[in-house]
Parts: sequence; structure tokens; C-alpha cells
Amino acid sequence: MEHRHAKVVVIGAGPAGLAAAARAGEHGCSVLVIDDNPDSGGQIWRGDHGLRARTWRARCAAAGVAFVHETAVIGESAPGTLVAGRPRGPMRVRFERLVLATGARELFLPFPGWTLPGVFGAGGLQALVKSGFDVRGMVIPVVGSGPLLPVIAAYLRGRGARVPIVAEQASAASMRGLATGLLGAPAKLIQAIRLRAALWRTPYRTGYWPVQATGEDRVREVKVSNGQRTLTIACDALACGFGLVPNIHVASTLGCHITEGRVDVSDLMRTSREGVFAAGEALGVGGVECALVEGEIAGLAAAGAEDEAADLRGRRARARAFAGALSDAFRLREELRRVVDDATVVCRCEDVRWGRVRARSCWRDAKLQTRCGMGPCQGRVCGPAMAFLRGWRVGDSRPPVYPAGAKDLAVALGSAGASAAPDERGLRERTNMEPER
Amino acid sequence: MSESTADAVIIGAGIVGAACALVLSSHGVRCAVIDAGIVGGGATSAGMGHVCVIDDSEPQFALSSLSVGLWRELRDRLPRGAEFDGCGTLWIAANAAELDAAGRKAERLAARGIRAELLDGASLAQAEPRLRPGLAGGLLMPDDSVVYAPVAARWMLDQAEAAGSRVRLGGSVVSIGPSRVGLENGESISAPWIISATGVWAPQLTPGLPVRPRKGHLAISDRYPGLCRRQLVELAYITHAHGHSDESVSFNLQPRPTGQLLIGSSRQYAGHDPAVEPRVLALVLARAIDFVPALAGVHITRAWTGFRAATPDSLPIIGPHPAQPRLLLATGHEGLGLTNSLGTARLVASHMGLEPAPIDPTPFLASRFRSAIHG
Repeated sequence: MEHRHAKVVVIGAGPAGLAAAARAGEHGCSVLVIDDNPDSGGQIWRGDHGLRARTWRARCAAAGVAFVHETAVIGESAPGTLVAGRPRGPMRVRFERLVLATGARELFLPFPGWTLPGVFGAGGLQALVKSGFDVRGMVIPVVGSGPLLPVIAAYLRGRGARVPIVAEQASAASMRGLATGLLGAPAKLIQAIRLRAALWRTPYRTGYWPVQATGEDRVREVKVSNGQRTLTIACDALACGFGLVPNIHVASTLGCHITEGRVDVSDLMRTSREGVFAAGEALGVGGVECALVEGEIAGLAAAGAEDEAADLRGRRARARAFAGALSDAFRLREELRRVVDDATVVCRCEDVRWGRVRARSCWRDAKLQTRCGMGPCQGRVCGPAMAFLRGWRVGDSRPPVYPAGAKDLAVALGSAGASAAPDERGLRERTNMEPER
Repeated sequence: MSESTADAVIIGAGIVGAACALVLSSHGVRCAVIDAGIVGGGATSAGMGHVCVIDDSEPQFALSSLSVGLWRELRDRLPRGAEFDGCGTLWIAANAAELDAAGRKAERLAARGIRAELLDGASLAQAEPRLRPGLAGGLLMPDDSVVYAPVAARWMLDQAEAAGSRVRLGGSVVSIGPSRVGLENGESISAPWIISATGVWAPQLTPGLPVRPRKGHLAISDRYPGLCRRQLVELAYITHAHGHSDESVSFNLQPRPTGQLLIGSSRQYAGHDPAVEPRVLALVLARAIDFVPALAGVHITRAWTGFRAATPDSLPIIGPHPAQPRLLLATGHEGLGLTNSLGTARLVASHMGLEPAPIDPTPFLASRFRSAIHG
């Protein structure tokens, strides 16, 4: 088993992770970044060679930051020693300081037909297209909510898809509130205008949300409604996303305090656990600006440059304020809670329908009585959806963070693996306990 | 504050409390079942769901064989979600000495009318080809079974409610007086009988009860249907369960009807901290891989811990509290709470004079620990 060690270990190579790694490295720390993708950049900079992505990658390289890719942290074998899974087998990573930059994932809200083949998460579809999925000539409505919808629509159009509609569930009124707020953030304003230009042939309808997807073998049609009018749109695929959910599983497995689905941090990004910092979307979805400045603060603080870190607090406060305005503008509407019917599958792993779940008293009761959230994804998809639909607290993640091979876990978590991986024989001897007489 | 009445208050909506509610309400007793949390939220949901005859002592054999029979009688009434699976238990003998012991066990069981079939090494390999080669043999107990306990408990409570009992969740009991139970919010329920089916929490409500938490680790895999057919347990498990060492790990593998594999097990006296201990989880997995090498590659989706309510003599405590004759204790079931829940409920009913005792109740009485219980 491979063993690595660094003064500062960063989990996640998105904007927050790269910024933390670069800043800590520039202060002379040995830095190791663990990331589960083949390349750095996270979800947002996947395949992105734009200026900012290039700049932060270059700063990491110049600071001697080391990366291990396609590697997922699955737990901790002892305080300060992470266990990570890779295709080649497990590894252990010792840290003195740890920065959690685990990002966010898409929020899926169930509606009738959302499990039909051809219905994609908007971000997931973008990632698929980036890795070669051909959408030329396909008709793909983009529905749901959030500032990423038009970005993804523009991207799909750029790759040859036809996007007949972008249906944003938020009302025009709340969007106007955002436009006023934008004046305080010029860079954002320019970005918004640019997007508008890219979108000018695509109707962007506010106040419309998906109510049903239909099709025999795969999705052929989607209905969106504004409560009075329903539009039926023929399609070859459907991209839907309702915003993002912080990834907190690593943090909660490491015992960091979590409040309302977000990692708790101080103004210098310290979590409740000594020596462990967190930055970016894991603290609450905030976008790239937040992720970068929080990554910088976390990296500096982890390196002991606290004064320098403290100087960035104002920038962070502004970025978070803007993120707060965005999240208010795109707040999910009540009607989305009423789109599901009893036959709608809410947990895809275990094939659990809404009719069985809705009467349960809490998330744990739902898990025990219906198996909702008990499948391979461990509630990553249905948990946040239930939090929205029922207002349940869904925070009880259990190890391992990701499914991992039994032997890998036995070797990497066991005391036997402290110095080197034991062979089968060694494991057997160590565990062959004599019956008590 | 509000005051209500019932014929019996059952504290605890785990499998033992639920079974008591099922049996008592079938006698026309209106029960009020109270739990601080949810149905089956304690050891009921943490355990494996194995229903098995255990003959490590006479009283344990009497209670578990009674209960296994009661589970089989119930099987056709249980909902599908309770996943009753008559898969039987295959006890694994790793060496000749264990196989000899298994042979004697088979004879003892057969003499008492319990089906048990001794397998030699070749038959064992044929029955469960994924076991490592070279094992001495096994003992098949075809009447043992597997039940998904949280759903079974919920169903039992549904039956009780349909018969006039009520279930009140989310309220902690703060006092047990004679014929009266007080809740956290000031509410109280009066009843001539009080039954404490509080598992590992029993000493908090009835101080001095010699019940200690015995921690266990379990892991569950993704779906691998057909990897094994029976509940596979190493024979040394019985010695581990009956003994009281601070820590032991035994091979225990259960094929779930979903195709998932439930992998156990560990026993520790290690306080109340529910955290999964990486070292212990690693031992559990290594032990399982040792017996079934094919497990090396299966994906573990989650691991968790639970606390068994352990007593000094490994027997449950069923019967009146020595100082309060109408407070009936039903706790201390260690790892056999699911198995023994139905037999326990029958004993409780007999203590209430509702039916004759199905087995000798004496070995389970709390009075055997009298010295440890303060008035």
C-alpha cells in the first residue's frame, strides 16, 4: 500500500482546492491535493483552459504542489491519516493540516417521469458532453433553476444541440431583484450580459417549472408549467438541475461540525476540528468567486500565514453576500413540492416511490421502513430531495465515504497496514482469535 | 398536564416492545407504546436480523427454540417488507475439533426435535462453494431464518393499533412510578402494568439493572446475489457471544433478499460511543474475507455500530422488577433480541396472568440479580 505525507493535504482540486494548495505551497508547505477526477479543475473547470483556471494551475505547479488524481478519500484509519481508494488499490495519506474543498453536486428534484432514460442532470450532461458525448442535432430543453442553467444551455448549443427553452422556476420578480443587486458586482454583470448574448435565440422563461416528462422507452416530451399555462415541448433529451448541494460527507466522516447541510467554519475557514479547514461550496453553495477567496484563506491559514489570510475576509464577505443574493433570487418555489405524485420514484437506487415515503416521520424512519437512501449512492441524490420535499434533516452519513472494496478497507483501515500492506496470510494470523474456554 | 390511561404501558418501540404489544393486544390488552425515538431505532435496526436457535445454555435453548417456532408461525402474516427468509443457518466448523463439537450439538438438538444436519467438508463446499477450501464441515439448521426487524416491529405495532392499542413516538420517559409513567413534556399515562422494553437504556429507567452496552460493528455491501445462500456463522461465534472478553470478532455473513451481503460481527465492551472504529471494522472484514475469499472484491457501501443489551449470564431479564411487582422488565437480550422477542412477549403475557408460561420463567427473573438492584 502506498503511503504519502504532506504538511498540508487538500481534498478536491476545484477552484477552492487549487487556491488553497497554491497559497499553502507558496508559503513553503509541502502540499498534496487528492482529487477523484482525472484532471484538476473540479466540476466547474472541467476541460476549461480559460485564464483563471490556467493561472491557478500554474501557481500550483510553481509552488511544487503534488496531485493524486482518480483518488477518493473514503475514511480515516487514525487521526491524521486518511485512507483513499484508487483503481490501483488503497493508499494512506498523513496530514498535519487538512483543507476540505469537496465542492457540491447537483440537486435533483423528482417529478413524474424524471427517471426516464434521456433525462439528465444539467451539470452531468455538460460533463458527459465534455468527455465526448455527441449532442449534435439533438433537441434538449434545459429546465430547473439557478445561474448555471443558461451557462449549460449556451454550452449545449455550442456543441450543436438545439435548446428550445430554458425554463427557470424562479419568478421574473425575484430575478429583477438580482439584476439590481448585480450593480455591486461588475464582473458578474459583464458575465451576465455575455451569457444573454449567447442565449439570444433561446427563450429564457422565468416562472416555469417541469411538471412531467413522458415517453415510452425514453423521454420524448416535457411539460413545463407556470401554474396557469402548461407548455409541451418535444425533445430528444432533457437537462434538468435545481441548483447545487454542498458535499459534506468527508467533513462529517472526519467529525467536523455540520449545520443545515453545510460545514461550519470560522472566518479563517477553521472547522470544529483542530487542524482541519474547509473552503468553497462545502460551506454553502457560493460559486467560483467564493471558492477562490475561501480557498486562499484556508490555504494561508493552514500554512500559518494568518494575518495574510485575515486580509482577505472583506473580499470573502462580498462574495458571500453576492452568493446570498443569488440564492434568494433562485429560491425554490413551493409548487415544486407538489409536483410529485404517489407513483413518482424518489429513490432510484432502491426504487422507492413517493407514496411510501411521504407518510414517514423523519429521514431515518423513511430509511428503515422503506429503504429510501439505503442503496449504493447512500442518499446522496434522494436525501437532499427529501430535505426539500419534507423538510427532513438528512445529515447522517456513515463510513465509508464512498463504496470501497472489502479487502481494501480491511487493509487500509486495519492496524496491520500501518507500515506496509500485509499479505493474506498476515491478515489471517492477526485476526484468528482463539475461542474462549 | 395531560393524563391518560391504558391497560399497559410499554416503554420502548423496538422489536421486544413491539412483540409485547402484538401479543398483549391479542389478549385484548389496550397498550400505550412509548418511545423517545422512532420504531426500531435502537438495536432493532442496528442488528443483522438473524432468527436462530442457540443452545449454549438450557434456558437460552428453551427461549430461542420457542421463539424460532413462533417466528415461523408468524411468517405468512408478515408483510413483504419484513423480508422473512427461511434461509437457515450454516454453522461453520473450521477444524476437526469444531466439527466434533458440531456433531455432539447436532445429536443434542435432534434429541429435542430441532432439525440439524451435520455436513462434512465436501458437503459444506458443495452447499456454499464460496467458502474457503479446507474447512472441516458445518452444521445446517434449516429452520432458522432472517427477518428485516424494523419493518417487522412496525407491522407488530400496526396490528396492536388495529386492536385498540396506541403508539406514541418522540417522547422520553422521565419517571416510572407505581402504575404511572411520566413523560418529558409533563404528560403522564396511568396503567396497572408497565413493561420496560428499553434494551440498553434499561439501567437509566431502572437503576441497578446489570445491563451493559456491548458494541457491535456491521457492514453491508452492494448487491451480489447468489454469493452465498445461508446465513453463515463460524462456530466460534457462540463462544465469543457467550464469553465476556472485552473484544472479539467472529465471521458472520448474511445474504439479504436484496442481494446485498451483511457482514459481521464484533463484540466490545467499549462504552457508549457509537463511532465506527476503523481498526475493528478492518478486523471484521478481514475475518469475513478469511472465510469467504470472494468477499475481498465486494464493495462495502456502509458500516455502522449498535449496542446490544448484555447481562452477566448472557440471559435476558424477563419478569417483575424485584421492588415493583407490576413493572415487568423485558431487556438484556444481547444479540438475540429479534429472535427472542416473541418468546419474551409470551413470558410477559404469562406474568400478567393472561396465559400459562410457555417455558420455565425462573431463569429469566430479575431477582437472580437481586443484590444488584436497589429498591
